[in-house]
Amino acid sequence: MIPVEFEYVKVTTIDQAIAALKSGGEDAKIISGGQSLLPVLRLRMAEPSVLVDCGGIDEMLGVRDDGGSITIGAATTHHGVMNNPLVQKHALLLAQATATVADPAIRHRGTTGGALAHADPAGDVPAAALALNASFVIAGPSGRRTVDAKDFFLDYFTTAVGPDEILVSFSIPKCDWGSHYSKFSRTAQAWAIVGVAAVVNVKGGVIKEARIGLTNMAPTAVRASTVEAALVGASSAADITAAAMHAADGTRATSDLHAKADYREHLARVITARAVRAAAGI
Amino acid sequence: MTAALDTGTALGKPIRRKEDAHLLHGQTNWTDNIQLPGTVHMAILRSPMAHAKITKLDVSGALKQTGVVAAYGAKELGDLNGGVPCVWPVTDDIKMPAFPALAIDKVRQVGDCVAVVLATSAAAAVDALDSIEVSYEQLPAVTDMEAALKSGSALVHDEIETNACYVYKMPCGDYAASRAKADVVLARRFINQRLIPTFMEPRSVVAAPMGMSDEITIWSSTQIPHVLRVLLALVTGIPENNIRVVAPDVGGGFGGKLQMYREEILVTNLAKKLGRPVKWTETRSENMVATHHGRDQIQDIEIAATKDGKILGLKVTLLANMGAYLQIITPGIPLLGMFMYPAIYKMDSYDFTCTGVFTNKTPTDAYRGAGRPEATYVIERIIDELAAEIGMEPMELRKKNWITHDEFPFTTVAGLTYDTGNYEAATEKALAMFDYDGLRAEQARRRASGDPVQLGIGISTYTEMCGLAPSRTLGALKYVAGGWEHCTVRALPTGKIEVVTGTSPHGQGHETAWSQIASSILGVPVEDIEVIHSDTGRAPYGMDTYGSRSLAVGGQAIKAASERLVEKARVIAAHQLECSASDLEFINGTFQVKGDPSKSQALGAVAFEAFTAHNLPAGVEPTLQAEATIDPADFSFPHGTHLAAMEVDTETGQVKLRKYVCVDDVGMQVNPMIVEGQVHGGVAQGIAQALFEGAEYDDDGNLLTASLADYLIPSAADLPSFDTGTTVTPSTTHPLGTKGVGEAGTIASTPAIINGIVDALRHLGVTDVAMPASPQTVWRTIQAAKGGAK
Repeated sequence: MIPVEFEYVKVTTIDQAIAALKSGGEDAKIISGGQSLLPVLRLRMAEPSVLVDCGGIDEMLGVRDDGGSITIGAATTHHGVMNNPLVQKHALLLAQATATVADPAIRHRGTTGGALAHADPAGDVPAAALALNASFVIAGPSGRRTVDAKDFFLDYFTTAVGPDEILVSFSIPKCDWGSHYSKFSRTAQAWAIVGVAAVVNVKGGVIKEARIGLTNMAPTAVRASTVEAALVGASSAADITAAAMHAADGTRATSDLHAKADYREHLARVITARAVRAAAGI
Repeated sequence: MTAALDTGTALGKPIRRKEDAHLLHGQTNWTDNIQLPGTVHMAILRSPMAHAKITKLDVSGALKQTGVVAAYGAKELGDLNGGVPCVWPVTDDIKMPAFPALAIDKVRQVGDCVAVVLATSAAAAVDALDSIEVSYEQLPAVTDMEAALKSGSALVHDEIETNACYVYKMPCGDYAASRAKADVVLARRFINQRLIPTFMEPRSVVAAPMGMSDEITIWSSTQIPHVLRVLLALVTGIPENNIRVVAPDVGGGFGGKLQMYREEILVTNLAKKLGRPVKWTETRSENMVATHHGRDQIQDIEIAATKDGKILGLKVTLLANMGAYLQIITPGIPLLGMFMYPAIYKMDSYDFTCTGVFTNKTPTDAYRGAGRPEATYVIERIIDELAAEIGMEPMELRKKNWITHDEFPFTTVAGLTYDTGNYEAATEKALAMFDYDGLRAEQARRRASGDPVQLGIGISTYTEMCGLAPSRTLGALKYVAGGWEHCTVRALPTGKIEVVTGTSPHGQGHETAWSQIASSILGVPVEDIEVIHSDTGRAPYGMDTYGSRSLAVGGQAIKAASERLVEKARVIAAHQLECSASDLEFINGTFQVKGDPSKSQALGAVAFEAFTAHNLPAGVEPTLQAEATIDPADFSFPHGTHLAAMEVDTETGQVKLRKYVCVDDVGMQVNPMIVEGQVHGGVAQGIAQALFEGAEYDDDGNLLTASLADYLIPSAADLPSFDTGTTVTPSTTHPLGTKGVGEAGTIASTPAIINGIVDALRHLGVTDVAMPASPQTVWRTIQAAKGGAK
């Protein structure tokens, strides 16, 4: 369908973006890749008065090495993220998750920062960001602040980024653990029914530490903390399978056309075991 | 086979499609690309409810909006609110309720048209919909076919006092006697779920009155420009001779554009009324609810057999969901399947009953295969279940009962006469390509080791009836049209050829294939032949494209017209060469005097003589053209054997199609590359029904799978590369020996997939899996068989 009429503002700096958001008022929205926003506009599920295009802000593009961490501009495309050598070397899990987002055409337009700020519970990258302990740089009228991943995802499509703020970038502490993202979906282009993002520190065949993010098991991506605790000391497939039995603990899985909650919970357990085994090589 | 069809011609060659260059270069002329000066754009207010009284409708607010030219509800539209026709009243007492383009007082499906706005831009028209005041009083929705038939059910159409549209019976032989003799009687219920055609190009219509004349031209993304012209004349009252219908480039149809839609009536009538072009293009959201759906049958089947596997009889009882209204051939779709339940098998008796049922859902109608996939699914499923019941290898059971190659022509229990076929040859070839024995061995190993991933082999040995259709047969089934096809072939003065066909391609490659047929007879290069189609102004006669009929029927007309043209040219050439016509032979496009090749005249030269007409033989009219209108002698009956290796992850329910082999016998092939393409697309679409697609409604009649995020169609990434092969058993009732290939893959593949999944899980106690076999459905089926959680 045809979206409701809106103003379009293209900005080149963060300050301009914040000013444009302020002057646009409550109905102003940020657009970069537009892969989530445009369908919403076309279905007239949202009727923003102003779209502020942040796709051309230099500071929001590309990946840089910050020593102990890497920083990814929020407007970097999925394609740019998943193929970036720094991401592949220091945050492989993010590359693995990003590679499962939709299809190549969408990955060339859509931005990873946009997907994180959009916070679809079925989106693939939030779970990876959680498992990698990402932190988020948010700019607003009163300056910049940094929010940890555990405090970033608040609810369905809701993050710590306020209506007058913008996600500038996110940083990931360099991680050389084994990693795997397992997406369970009905077709290649479909949303995840369940996704499991796992990074595992294995020493001498024994799991020392694990961090696991779950996709689509709650209103936001969540950590499977009970599984993480149970995995410490695991050294066999049976150990991992036993730990993964806790994957649905504390989750709030919903029912939809493709999966009822009980099936989602079952899948979380099976897929978590498989993802951890793949990440750990056990 | 005539000599003209031998090798050395373009016939049978896998030449590249003429159509592809402009498709690949973005030069396609879609209906929505048509921009005429002064166009107004139509937007439609659709019902958000499945069943409701319209208690208030006021379009006046829309008229005040910027750019709005007009707005109408049913009341304002008055006599221009034409009714959508149904041309297949299958029984004398069928209930055929009115289907006005704009709903009158009541809506009966989500997506029913309530009002329209016309504005100078599409955006203005859509914006103005918000200014229409409308209110509804919700009524109970009829969504379940069995409940709909119970007394006390809410009624979709009060005036007919029932939700039963018709009951059709076809008893063949004495099923009760077969049942009484049987050692085994197996009864099963299958659900053939509702599907949405989801062609790539949404529907679009432009109608333009042609100023200086009374003519109105309608461009529509349709499969049936010729039929549409007749129906538009009948519905709108515009004289047929003033209507020109053009189907420009059409981006797929699958039966979904074998229709006359209410939007076509509205756009035509409003263009006439406003005296300016009117355009409407549907959104994908509209497409999901307002373009007809397919399938949706509850299928009860009972098979009677001896304990050693001889089939005695078959009983089929259907409930077929019509939806809220009858569209062009809605009631007839199950009857296209009626003849095919006995399929390739010999039996003494067959009893068929179908009840058409109204519900508050989108109307159903033709969808790739139209009735025959439903039939094939059920018979191929029950054959596997019978095999399991009596402990017989499923392929052996098939072999024991199928018609053998030396028994053709064979008249089936359903009354069709299959002209030719060779099920043994296709099956033998498929088994060899598949490594059937090797996969059976792997299946046994996985079962023995308790592998979480189990392997199953799915078989489908199908036949179908296509090449619609002999007109007399259609008449006997109460279908209000014929099944002939027309062709005019013209040799132009410069030697170029025009082939004017009544078929209406929308992706199939007719321009290439028809050129190959004409080329093989006329001896003119394929590139010198232009195929003219899909425009009633340029190709006035035709019955259009559906039911795998275009080659099987239209191809005959091209052959006949081309041969007639050669015969006319022969008389002229003989006159020019001063010999008797019988002394001429026609070789590679040139007439030669037998025994004296120096005396010759090419077809192009004959065409020029026919154009100047300076020296024609007495009684021969100027111009070199010929036409043929052919009614097919019978249906054609493609067949084949499809085999699927299915891996089923018993821990998650996820199914993986590991290998797919199909050997199809579609008779003579004009272009094997196009045949292979049709098989690939058809197989993918049939697999999609088995694994991915399914329209789901809630109890209020809301379509839950109303977008492509929820209605899943597979992409190339979800399917393996198919191993295709063919056998060639030419049809003896069709002069080119062709049969038809458009629907074969879709008809064959669905049961192969489900049989494979059930085969993988049968040792766990699974005897059926509902379609689409989503991971959740498969997992719950396994859990239920294990006696665990439902």
